[in-house]
Amino acid sequence: MNKVYMISVFAENKPGRLERVTKVLAEANINILAFSITSTNGFGVIKFMVNKWKEAYDLLREKGFTVSLNEAIGIEMKDQPGGLYEVVKILSSKGINIESASVYVAETRKRAYLIVEVEDTSKAKELLKDENLKFLNPEEIQ
Amino acid sequence: MTGAKRGDILQNSMTYGLFTGAFVMHYGAEKIGILVIPAGPGNTERQINLMRDFGTTMLHITPSYALYVASVIYDKGIDPRRDLKLKRAYLGAEPYSEETRKKIEDMLGIDIYNCYGLTEMNGPGVGFECKYKEGLHIWEDNFLMEVINPETGEPIPDGEIGELVLTTLNREAMPLIRYRTRDLTKIISEPCKCGRTHRRISRILGRSDDMFIVKGVNIFPQQIEQVLMSIKGVAQNYQIVLESYDEMTVKVEIDRELFDGKIERLIRMKDEIVDKIRSATMVKPKVELLEPGTLPISEGKAKRVIDNRTI
Ligand SMILES: [Zn+2]
Repeated sequence: MNKVYMISVFAENKPGRLERVTKVLAEANINILAFSITSTNGFGVIKFMVNKWKEAYDLLREKGFTVSLNEAIGIEMKDQPGGLYEVVKILSSKGINIESASVYVAETRKRAYLIVEVEDTSKAKELLKDENLKFLNPEEIQ
Repeated sequence: MTGAKRGDILQNSMTYGLFTGAFVMHYGAEKIGILVIPAGPGNTERQINLMRDFGTTMLHITPSYALYVASVIYDKGIDPRRDLKLKRAYLGAEPYSEETRKKIEDMLGIDIYNCYGLTEMNGPGVGFECKYKEGLHIWEDNFLMEVINPETGEPIPDGEIGELVLTTLNREAMPLIRYRTRDLTKIISEPCKCGRTHRRISRILGRSDDMFIVKGVNIFPQQIEQVLMSIKGVAQNYQIVLESYDEMTVKVEIDRELFDGKIERLIRMKDEIVDKIRSATMVKPKVELLEPGTLPISEGKAKRVIDNRTI
């Protein structure tokens, strides 16, 4: 199972923060495939899955953003009612706690993936290896 | 006292000019055969280049600027233990906490000694730490020292915190009698391990006029600094903003290197800051986590308290 990554950026809750980050990515022609924002009183973390993650990470760091690269797992969801439920049910039955989640819809193949960050990615992968799940291959998004 | 000797190279990053801090150290160092680089503060790139090119072994610098220079050294990928020859630094001109000293010592792999002085008393060197770093010996053959209650003006016993008052004993043209320094400290009268008999004072805990009052409680910025430096994930720069008499806001930058993308950890860290400041000061603060580089960088004396209150 290959690795996919989420890029996390720390941001104060102020106007223009998301714009600044996305501008950097846009200008470098980096494609955002999935993203989520978690925010609390005063600050938040913006998470992206992009096609060129290493390049995006280096670039954001160089531009002075507070950024980290986090390993994630992409799990295919069936395009039918209960698709998300099926995946989440398996994760919770294995005791895997989802720390962050976002959705990636692969436009060309009409598939959707749940992208999750968990506490221990290798352990989670080990627990999931015998389940009937399809995982997102990083080559599919580059 | 701290091991400095002929052959050492001192980079003097204090302000030259009307401030005595740089000159006293400059001439003192020259007197014992130390090469002095009169770098002055600021221009951090050049500071680091000087350290490398001259093989600087000692720094004379303010604590806030030392922290900043150390962080730039890291950002540039320089390993101070491998790429620089620094052995020790003399820090003075503004109060700072023991945690800050340890942090800079660890970052740069050096020993840091406190130096105390004031322009009115000829500048630095009124008090100096010996190698045990347990308070600053005051040259009692040159200064008569007392500690008083800043509100009543009455002397207080050794070991209690108050305002340091100095009288010059050898100065001829302009003797000063019972000069109020506004610096808060306490006298340590126990003998020092080094054998010197001059009594010591504790590190300067603040200025009697830096103190601010929130909810009727007296607070010193150093109390807050001590808390922040003890928490992992917080960067060195901080600011206390006062908008009203019953609330204080503490702004801290997060540490770029320790950011791991997990918001839960940031929330826990913020709660920890609130709790620890509350137990240190008895006042529950508002805490704002900021992106690194948001607060003004200090080159010289840092302005930590922004008081926007009107009466
Ligand atoms: Zn001593």
